[in-house]
Amino acid sequence: MATVSPLLETHGLGRSFGGLRAVDGVDFSLPEGETHAIIGPNGAGKTTFVSLICGRVAPTEGRVVFDGQDISKMPAHKRVRAGIAYTFQITSVFANLTAFDNVALAVQRQLIDDHERGLSAHALTEHGLDALEKVGLAEHAHKVAGNLSYGHQRLLEVAMGLALRPRLLILDEPTQGLSDSEIENFVALVRQIGEEATVLLIEHNMDVVMALAERITVMEQGRILAQGAPAEIRANQAVQQAYLGG
Amino acid sequence: MTRLTPSTKSIALHIGVVFALLALNFLLPEYHRGVFARVLVLAVFAMGYNLAFGYTGLLSLGHAMFFAAGLYGAGLTIYHLEWSVWPAFGTGLAAGAALALVVGFLALRTTGVAFMIVTLMFAQVFYLMTLYFTTYTRGEEGLVLPQETRVLGFSGGMLDLSDPSTRYLVALSLFTLVLAAILFLVRAPYGRSLIAIRENEERMRMLGYDVFANKLASVVISGIFCAASGAAYAVLFGYVGSGFAAIQYSILPLLWVLVGGAATTLGPLIGTLFMFYVIDTASSYTTAHLMVVGLVLIGVILFFPKGIIGTVRERWLPWLP
Repeated sequence: MATVSPLLETHGLGRSFGGLRAVDGVDFSLPEGETHAIIGPNGAGKTTFVSLICGRVAPTEGRVVFDGQDISKMPAHKRVRAGIAYTFQITSVFANLTAFDNVALAVQRQLIDDHERGLSAHALTEHGLDALEKVGLAEHAHKVAGNLSYGHQRLLEVAMGLALRPRLLILDEPTQGLSDSEIENFVALVRQIGEEATVLLIEHNMDVVMALAERITVMEQGRILAQGAPAEIRANQAVQQAYLGG
Repeated sequence: MTRLTPSTKSIALHIGVVFALLALNFLLPEYHRGVFARVLVLAVFAMGYNLAFGYTGLLSLGHAMFFAAGLYGAGLTIYHLEWSVWPAFGTGLAAGAALALVVGFLALRTTGVAFMIVTLMFAQVFYLMTLYFTTYTRGEEGLVLPQETRVLGFSGGMLDLSDPSTRYLVALSLFTLVLAAILFLVRAPYGRSLIAIRENEERMRMLGYDVFANKLASVVISGIFCAASGAAYAVLFGYVGSGFAAIQYSILPLLWVLVGGAATTLGPLIGTLFMFYVIDTASSYTTAHLMVVGLVLIGVILFFPKGIIGTVRERWLPWLP
């Protein structure tokens, strides 16, 4: 790979909750354009780790570097503007609003940033529908989000992330609770997203991980246990014992 | 006939309400015109409160301090410095804005119950200060602004604010301005962001919104509207006293907004008007009027759980803003 400098790096990144070291001195590097999966048993610190990256949780030690810039002290909303989007593990759409209005909230802020002060209804509609189109929800644009099926709410969550036009999209267990056919569509969707953005994926479903990830990081007890291409991870003894049920 | 869009319907409704209120100036008997003038001024207070509470979801128990900041900002400068009404009114607004900025900056570090308590404490400090500086404020007894100070220079002439018709029309003008401002705000992208913050703050943060700054702006705008109401109260009714800074005046706007409908543009007016007339009517029949008021409130909660306008919107008129 002809990588210049990685899009995202962490150096000795850690977070303790009381005596528990949820994330323990993690050094991690993610090249631009890669689709990377983080796996590991429950409580391994995966969600805490990505929360440190997107700024929802403050680190107790270490640094986060995004696109060459130290963002360790940057508040979450500024990291989003810098290009890091996070989709919630627990579906977190605005249930009272329509699917379109949910996405419009993401687009609206972007347009304000771009100083398109007019917030032309046209641009808002276009960008919003574009994001819904990508996840295949265009026909449900004017349904109230709370009335959508669970699978569609998960897709809406991703659409909100996409509407931010992120450089790094973090997906926290996106396929949880989806049916097999929905998962199939989801894999196709993430593959398509991966062509334009860097994707960091926390996932339990190994079929999804193997289908999507170019590289995999295995976490256990807040540390990185192993890292490598899917085939290497599958063959790794330690991983098999810790996680794959060896 | 072409079908009206929700947006034209709602704007037409608001213009209609303002014209109806204008007509009432010429139709209402003297006593009721006085009540309506008072209600219009206090409805501005309620609308300001509604922006923070209804739209942004910030349950403050200290908004009396913003009302009183406007009241004293205008009243003290007129009484002691003999300022004319316009600069005094401006001072009231500035006092409210500055206070809201400082209190908001500190109180918004908390949420939920802690936010209620912190705002309550700040308001108590403000109330106690009005008593402490009794040399200037005359505390509970208050100050009566002489009639000759309450004249408003307007397009060359002088308006006597103690004249019932002038007072009503000035109150209605302020009400209309604030109503238009609120209507504009809640339909603008900023208003939609506030509602979304109320619904799911964490989600908005992860969409890149500066939640703290948005909430602070909401508190400051809310504080300015409440101060405008207080300053107008001082110059229109000529009385400035500590009672307006007390805890009751933090609870009343909450009550008015809940009865009328939180996060509705017309709810604060309806709630304020309704409560005024319930108390007025009940107390003309019995000394136990608070019992009647309590019963009526229970009825309202039973049949209009989201407030009068809020429930009308939910059941019949979904386009109401």
